[in-house]
Amino acid sequence: MARKLPRKDVVVVGLGWTGSILSYELAKQGLDVVAIERGPWRDTASDFPPGYGQDELRYGVRLDMFLRPEQETLTVRNKMSETALPVRKFAGFLPGNGVGGAGLHWNGQTWRFLPSDFNLRTHITERYGASKIPEDMTIQDWPVTYDELEPYYDRFEKLAGISGKAGNLNGKIQPGGNPFEGWRSSEYPTPPLKQNYGSALFAEAAKKMGYAPFPRPSGNISEGYTNPLGVTMGQCTYCGFCERFGCGNYSKSSPQVCVLPALMRLPNFAVQTESEVTRINLDNTGKKATGVTYVDTSGEEWEQPADLVLVCAFSLFNVRLLLLSGIGAPYDPQSGKGVVGRNYAYQTTSGVSVILKDKVLNNFIATGSGGMMIDEFNGDNFDHKDLDFIGGGYIGSGQTGARPITTRPVPKGTPRWGSQWKKATAETYNRAYNIGTHGSSYSYRDCYLDLDPTYKDRLGRPLMRMTFDFHDNEIKMSQFLTDKTAEIMKTLDPVELTASPRKGPWNSTIYQTTHNTGGTVMGNDPKDSVVNRYCQSWDVSNVFVPGGASVFPQNAGYNPTGTVGALAYWTADAIKNRYLKNPGPLV
Amino acid sequence: MTDRLREVQLSRRSLLASTAALLVAGATSARARTLSGAMPWEKGTASPPVPVRPGPWQFFTADEAAAVEAIVDRLIPADDLGPGGKDAGCAVYLDRQLAGPYGRSEGLYMRPPFMNGTPGQGYQGADAPATRYRKGLAAIADYVKANFGGKVFRDLSPAEQDKVLTDIEKGTAKLKDVNGVSFFSLLLQTTQEGFFADPIYGGNRDMAGWKLVGFPGARYDFRDWVERYNEKYPLPPVSIMGRADWTVKD
Ligand SMILES: Cc1cc2nc3c(=O)[nH]c(=O)nc-3n(C[C@H](O)[C@H](O)[C@H](O)COP(=O)(O)OP(=O)(O)OC[C@H]3O[C@@H](n4cnc5c(N)ncnc54)[C@H](O)[C@@H]3O)c2cc1C
Ligand code: SF4
Repeated sequence: MARKLPRKDVVVVGLGWTGSILSYELAKQGLDVVAIERGPWRDTASDFPPGYGQDELRYGVRLDMFLRPEQETLTVRNKMSETALPVRKFAGFLPGNGVGGAGLHWNGQTWRFLPSDFNLRTHITERYGASKIPEDMTIQDWPVTYDELEPYYDRFEKLAGISGKAGNLNGKIQPGGNPFEGWRSSEYPTPPLKQNYGSALFAEAAKKMGYAPFPRPSGNISEGYTNPLGVTMGQCTYCGFCERFGCGNYSKSSPQVCVLPALMRLPNFAVQTESEVTRINLDNTGKKATGVTYVDTSGEEWEQPADLVLVCAFSLFNVRLLLLSGIGAPYDPQSGKGVVGRNYAYQTTSGVSVILKDKVLNNFIATGSGGMMIDEFNGDNFDHKDLDFIGGGYIGSGQTGARPITTRPVPKGTPRWGSQWKKATAETYNRAYNIGTHGSSYSYRDCYLDLDPTYKDRLGRPLMRMTFDFHDNEIKMSQFLTDKTAEIMKTLDPVELTASPRKGPWNSTIYQTTHNTGGTVMGNDPKDSVVNRYCQSWDVSNVFVPGGASVFPQNAGYNPTGTVGALAYWTADAIKNRYLKNPGPLV
Repeated sequence: MTDRLREVQLSRRSLLASTAALLVAGATSARARTLSGAMPWEKGTASPPVPVRPGPWQFFTADEAAAVEAIVDRLIPADDLGPGGKDAGCAVYLDRQLAGPYGRSEGLYMRPPFMNGTPGQGYQGADAPATRYRKGLAAIADYVKANFGGKVFRDLSPAEQDKVLTDIEKGTAKLKDVNGVSFFSLLLQTTQEGFFADPIYGGNRDMAGWKLVGFPGARYDFRDWVERYNEKYPLPPVSIMGRADWTVKD
């Protein structure tokens, strides 16, 4: 029997980016808020000080800060006809665990989606006709527009201190920024990062081809910055131990650096760490949540009653928690009915690697989200009329560091070991790098999440099952983007160029991104969405899924967290300004 | 602190924690906590890495260790570019890794049923790295004994050793009860890991791997160097443990 705790106004499941933003916004209103976090407390001063933060084996390879599959994992398969097997060791994507969530060890590449990403189905239909959309593709319009979200993007960027250069200020195109971006109401809070040699070379090459390169909007901060919560961030030192690591310099935007110092001071907030929420409890009508049940490290169960339940557990776990709690009808790919688990999507990345002549690149001098990008081939920024796909992505030189356990390029045909391998490794290390493409992943009828029939977690609950593969549309898109990238890089006259467009089948053992989207999609119709435009559950109105990428109807050609952060603020405003005054369905 | 703070029954048993316990078994036992009122800072919440100490083998038997030292010296041979795998400590690295949480697949999902999957589903075997090494090394020893007149791996000539390794890599040497191709990949991957990981883990001795490629190691401030294009970074590498030149004066 679970031991019952005193009631709270709000219980927040997970204290990552979305959980900490919502906790702050609601506790600041005077509500009594408790966050329950599966993993441990983590902080800059105690957990990753410069000195031993730069440990590739511990953090980059053994994944010290990530979720341990023993605690929670999922099963995967490419096709509905296959047997899904458990991800025994995370590799393809790497979910976070602990205070800060994946927001602690992410790269910080912080984008906004394009205005046309938000009315995708309508936009494509109007421009090319409905037949342009493959039959089994289940993309849909978002229930919010770019214009509605713009102030919230702005708020998240100011919270996180994002460095960058505006390309479109209130409709006026700005030199040096991204001319394709949606309008921005203000400049980035901090100026762009410095660029290392490889990125400078890419930018030069792209410019020569007539493109407009710009610095990637970055959560690695270019100069000291104090955010609206009064929290101060330090300047990035280009240490190159960013993604998969914590930042010892207080320079990477994370809940630790940007929110928690202010949040922890609020007397009406508490976080319960090392405690995993196992279920959202419903009353006997099934229409109202009464709180959550969680289990702590000693195995003991607790019941936390609350008036409002916010599901902030990262996209995949948002979906699993709803499935395990019986909130919303599970999606059935055969009939196309049901909604929870529907429209799971991912990201279609690829790369072009080059070895240059007589160059010293010093790629270990890097940041998680520095680099120069071009956006000519993202979304619908280019005419798809004569192309046999829709969607696109950005292209750019994003060097996140050349940590040598995992980054040791050698020319084609080099043996994997022995003296020749050693010689090639020594000669190539500092002359080679990779240019990436970061493309959209649209949703399909047969890509979804449900509960696995066979495999269970340590508490005896079914694992979630992921059925996903890249479809023709995405593979053609990736080929197109990769070809464009190769064209640019050829102008640098490399000794060797290897283009690796994304090909199927999707493979869970090769890291691509942790940009898992969909499964609790937001929409205007309960038939094809789990939450309404305020991220509120259609079925249980005191449950919100504020901003996790699980609410994306499909994924755009950008990293998700800018949009995740904007939606978190959008939902916080809806709760503060509307829900609290009149609890109940907002739509 | 709020008055709602409650006492949690603390437990040393940690099912949920994802902490440095992975590498430093037992150094910290995370436990459920209620935190409120301020950023907590407590002694011992962080777990600094524990340096590998020289000393007897912890996982390998003497025979296994001799074979592994010979193998890592062929995978990374000593030559005019620098020391080989043995002198760089790769065998010591492997020994300590296999004796520790990595060797036991600690933290991974190890529940049955174990079924063969597609390549995209990843390793689905029930054996953790320590067991895979034990079985793999035994199978190589048997193979060498049977094909080289009863010899052991370390007594073969370098050319013969390379031939054995190449045949295992390609799958032409059939190992008894062991998938040689996949074991070779594990062997190679973990050996190179030891050559390039921080010296604190027992390999990459004297930062041999980092010197080979010109990686500066655990330095963390390159602000002055970002825009010095096409210029070789001049400072030698430094480890988490520092480096002798910094602490010792001749
Ligand atoms: C290696 C890596 C690199 C990335 N790089 C980028 C990038 O450059 N740009 C970008 O836009 N995005 C990036 N991302 C993605 C980004 O980190 C996420 O989009 C973002 O953190 C999502 O915020 P969230 O609040 O939804 O989830 P998180 O920040 O992950 O927080 C969720 C929290 O909930 C907790 N939790 C889960 N289940 C439970 C439960 N049942 N009970 C209690 N607690 C629970 C988790 O432990 C976690 O702390 C990256 C991710 C990773 C892993
Ligand atoms: S690259 Fe910059 S932001 Fe990233 S960890 Fe290093 S100092 Fe921090």
